[in-house]
Amino acid sequence: MTALLALMLRDMRLAVRAGGGALMGALFFLIVVVMVPFAVGPDLNLLARIGPAILWLGALLASLLALDRLFATDYEDGSLDLLMMAPMPLELAVAAKAIAHWLTTGLPLVLIAPLLGLMLNVELNATGALMLTLLAGTPALTFIGLIGAALSVALRRGGLLLAVLVLPLTIPVLIFGVAAAEAAIVGPAPFGPAFTILCALSLMSFVLGPFAAAAALRYGLE
Amino acid sequence: MPVIDLANPTRFLNLANRVLPWLAGATLVLFAIGLYRAMGAPDDYQQGATVKIMFLHVPAAWLGMLGWGLMSLAALGTLVWRHPLADVAGKAAAPIGAAFTFICLVTGSLWGRPTWGTYWVWDARLTSVLVLFLLYLGVLALYWTADDPGRGSRAAAVLTLVGAVNLPIIKFSVDWWNTLHQPSSILRMSGSAIDPSILTPLLIMAAAFTLLFFTLHLAAMRNEILRRRVRAMRLMQAQEVHA
Repeated sequence: MTALLALMLRDMRLAVRAGGGALMGALFFLIVVVMVPFAVGPDLNLLARIGPAILWLGALLASLLALDRLFATDYEDGSLDLLMMAPMPLELAVAAKAIAHWLTTGLPLVLIAPLLGLMLNVELNATGALMLTLLAGTPALTFIGLIGAALSVALRRGGLLLAVLVLPLTIPVLIFGVAAAEAAIVGPAPFGPAFTILCALSLMSFVLGPFAAAAALRYGLE
Repeated sequence: MPVIDLANPTRFLNLANRVLPWLAGATLVLFAIGLYRAMGAPDDYQQGATVKIMFLHVPAAWLGMLGWGLMSLAALGTLVWRHPLADVAGKAAAPIGAAFTFICLVTGSLWGRPTWGTYWVWDARLTSVLVLFLLYLGVLALYWTADDPGRGSRAAAVLTLVGAVNLPIIKFSVDWWNTLHQPSSILRMSGSAIDPSILTPLLIMAAAFTLLFFTLHLAAMRNEILRRRVRAMRLMQAQEVHA
């Protein structure tokens, strides 16, 4: 347990101190959202209607962007080999890394979402619900992305391959995330069902992701 | 012959070479019967002759799904039992399954134009087939980028199993998404009894396509084994030249 905690703290320190990786995702999120009105026009009614979708799509892309750093730097400096030889189960180590990754890249996205919602004319009293959907859904994005990150580091190819592998698998998260957010803002569908399914997806990927990622690392780097 | 004996590639190649002509012959015969019966089947009273696209479209959809099922079994074989043929079987099935899924999408789109008036709608069924196709492309991309065949097939096996777990969820969520946005779908197949005059040719065509799938799959497995031999021989040759 202390080893896992140490691993998490190390990853978070690295993300915050080295290379500005943590805030880069939030910055990217901001820029993507700012680009949208230039593409679809400054019509506030339209923006309010597609606002939740834009925010979710932006969060999806921003969390995807940061994923290839999850294992790549550890692979390059050899610490990934040490992790694989360490006495603790690789699944747990991978899960700890993913949690640290979410805390440094996923959580900032959730925190700046209200500001971006304001710019997209999302109703103020729905902002809390919107944040809640992102809070519940972004861990699923990280833990599904974990599998893609492990596969692409095992093949020593990053970048586009990761996106091609991960994006189709995140479709359910996107669907239920946007459904819950829209239910909170415009209705008429109730917020509960979509939101609980979103939570279920997060929990499921929390279980499945580390196992698949550890298997990919083991088979790929042996 | 037990499966373990087939781990020897030479034995498998012998078996494949013996079975393949028969399989190909049976495929041809079934296609001849199926196409004859399909051409003889009555036109639909609403759709006219365009209903014939179904004889291509429905089997392709089935085989697109069968392909992923086969790849999942092969993935289990690769990761759990480390059967050397499983890895070849999975790699050989991926492009064939992707091709059938693609045929399903294209014929569906061509069928949709005269009957629904559009090439594409974001119907739940169409969308989930499209996502299946994207997942196939992801697996193919993994194979393309791997420089070592063993490493690539193990990575693809992990991805295939993850996909197999996710496919029902994606299908279910796409259904939900569609019912939220677009009530009463255009395509209905709610167990409505298809007339035997169309159903029988359809089943024959499905059997023919299934045999075609296995013929192509066996041939692709044989080619993959030969390709790996060529690669190994080239590597050995390169080493000799180097030494």
